[in-house]
Amino acid sequence: MAKEMLTGNRAAAWGVRLAEVDYIPAYPITPQTEIIETIAKWISDGEMDAGFVTMDSEHSMITAAGAASATGARTFTTTSSQGLMYGFEMLYTVAGWRVPLVMVNVSRGLSAPITLGPDHNDILALRDTGFLQIHCETCQEVLDSVLMAYRLAEDKRVLLPVMVNMDGFFLSFTREAVEVPDVEAVRCFLPEYQPEHAFFRAGQPMAQGVAVLGGEFYSYFKYQMHLASQNALEVYREVSDDFERIFGRKYGTIDEYMMEDAEYVLVMTNSFSTLGKAAVKRAREKGIKAGLLRPRFLRPFPDSDIRNALKGKKAVAVIDQNISVGKGGIIYSEMAGCLYNEENRPLLLSFIGGLGGKNISQEEFDLIFDKMIRTVDTKVVEPLHLLYTENEWKGITKLKDIAGRQ
Amino acid sequence: MDSENIRSIKELPPEENMQPGTAACAGCGGLLTLRYCLKALGENIVIVNAAGCFTLLTIYPFSPFRNSWLYTAMACAPAGAQGVRDALDILIKKGKLDPEENLKVVVLAGDGSAYDMALSSTSGAIYRNLDFYYICYDNEAYGNTGFQHSGASPFGSRTGTTPPGEKVPVGSQLQKKNLFDIWNSHKPPYLATVSPAYPVDLMNKFKKAEQFKGPKLFISHIPCPPGWGFDPSQSVKLAKLSVETGLWPLKESIHGEVEHTFVPKKFKPVEEYLQAQERFSHLFKPERQEDALKSIQEMVDEYWRKNTLLP
Ligand SMILES: Cc1ncc(C[n+]2csc(CCOP(=O)(O)OP(=O)(O)O)c2C)c(N)n1
Ligand code: SF4
Repeated sequence: MAKEMLTGNRAAAWGVRLAEVDYIPAYPITPQTEIIETIAKWISDGEMDAGFVTMDSEHSMITAAGAASATGARTFTTTSSQGLMYGFEMLYTVAGWRVPLVMVNVSRGLSAPITLGPDHNDILALRDTGFLQIHCETCQEVLDSVLMAYRLAEDKRVLLPVMVNMDGFFLSFTREAVEVPDVEAVRCFLPEYQPEHAFFRAGQPMAQGVAVLGGEFYSYFKYQMHLASQNALEVYREVSDDFERIFGRKYGTIDEYMMEDAEYVLVMTNSFSTLGKAAVKRAREKGIKAGLLRPRFLRPFPDSDIRNALKGKKAVAVIDQNISVGKGGIIYSEMAGCLYNEENRPLLLSFIGGLGGKNISQEEFDLIFDKMIRTVDTKVVEPLHLLYTENEWKGITKLKDIAGRQ
Repeated sequence: MDSENIRSIKELPPEENMQPGTAACAGCGGLLTLRYCLKALGENIVIVNAAGCFTLLTIYPFSPFRNSWLYTAMACAPAGAQGVRDALDILIKKGKLDPEENLKVVVLAGDGSAYDMALSSTSGAIYRNLDFYYICYDNEAYGNTGFQHSGASPFGSRTGTTPPGEKVPVGSQLQKKNLFDIWNSHKPPYLATVSPAYPVDLMNKFKKAEQFKGPKLFISHIPCPPGWGFDPSQSVKLAKLSVETGLWPLKESIHGEVEHTFVPKKFKPVEEYLQAQERFSHLFKPERQEDALKSIQEMVDEYWRKNTLLP
């Protein structure tokens, strides 16, 4: 095991290399490009033995990746934002093929306006496709999650593709000390892929992705996918235990920070939850019993783990780095659905911040805790709050003036 | 198949790799093409299909094929072929797959897919010199959705989205895209047009293509009874007419060099072909649209003149 300073992108590439992937179709997009460039160089230098092909679009790339997976090759691909959207049609298809493709998405806000900054509208648009989703906070977690993703995807109780997500810039280009496991240890954890379900062979004609006539069959196949996704929660426990046994790092379906005696809980995902954890620490210093819950899985949604973690809490503030226009925060809705039938459920507040990578400042976190405490007193939950600081607002007004728009 | 050329229809291989009883329409020229193609390709293939009429050839849990099948989507069957081909090659190279388990990879797509939405993924696959077969069955419209205009629809044809009317009596005002030339500009090792009315020509083209590694592309002009509006019994006759009038030249191209494989001794007038179909009936009644008819004939003559096969 070696410690190296790696960006999130290079950590992802290391995960792919250690998984001894057979095939990688690729297409560039910022901030993901470093992943495919790293892999391309390794292959060119003979350090990695995999097929690599540059495709004509993400739509083609995801198709080729899914089809290779359906032929029995361990396959990886990666994209971000607009690329993910361009291949969106095929995400449903690949999930419907029930193949264990692993993809990394490096989150970036969706156009228009076009931007490079991260938020999660890209990856969250996927949540009904059938892909499992693992969201990462650190570079180490990115590498580890890629390895766990293959174990999960290839398990015959699951056989669904997995998306590993990280924030553009904040994680993709941040260097952290990352433990790079030995390949032998990885082989113990993740043996060679032996397809049993989906593969094309001369001796075994098989039709995949065939048409169905009638809703009964369509429903049957979709229910099967749902049940498989639910199975993944149980299978993941085994995967995670094995991972801890071999590598000593433990990852649950959720990450809990100072949750034991917490009364006021932030819910955040991905790398911005590091900011949230700092805010929790500060709040604790002020005597507020604060905690943070970070769902690592968003599909399957770890309902029961979340319910358990939030039992007896007074208030929960969901900070969504996404916006479902006309509705509000996506994870807020998911949490509300998860908690609705609980007795003594905590009050649930909704905040949206960090769209397109906008910072969430200390004063905003303070405001969130204030609001939580006040709401517990008044029992009146205010509607969704869009986070903006005064200074940010002044900056916007200034640019609007320059542009001659009021 | 041995490498000797087939000389007559009696020499076609008797094996059927596609069984009867599919959901395709009676008299579908595409189905007939596919039947011949599968005779030529044999059993050990995987068909990668794009959305279209032929997607409904396999309906869970039934399949008329002796081979494997993967439905992708409308825009990306060539990309699916890339994934399958690459995976097979890699698995064989790494010793994870017995070379005897290898398969030929075949794309099956309609003209809407091939001429329009999948043009980018097809160009990509040809450009990457993907070792695969591509069969486009060209019924000159989006058939599966009820016959709307596609990039392959000919000038003067009626489709669901080019209905002849008082303001636009001619129907489609656009000329059919020249997919053969678009593909040929990529200089693929093998490219051909075929017709279900010329099975011997079709079969020999597949035999010839077999020797090339890389993209092997086939466009078949196929009569479509419900879309074109004619009796299913006339399908082969119409396919023949499209060749005999010079509208559908039978040709092949090897690394970009084009040769015609059949030149009618005497070209029949295009009208004979047009009049046999409902989709051109507005060109003849209530009154003849002389300009349109003339321009269609001229377009055909011009093609053959350019190829110095007409005086
Ligand atoms: C992205 C997308 N848009 C539209 C469709 C609807 N659709 C299904 S089949 C089809 C027609 C395909 O036409 P063509 O490729 O000519 O094949 P044919 O139906 O004639 O066999 C269309 C438009 C689709 N499946 N996918
Ligand atoms: S609509 Fe035309 S192309 Fe489609 S199956 Fe029927 S005859 Fe064949």
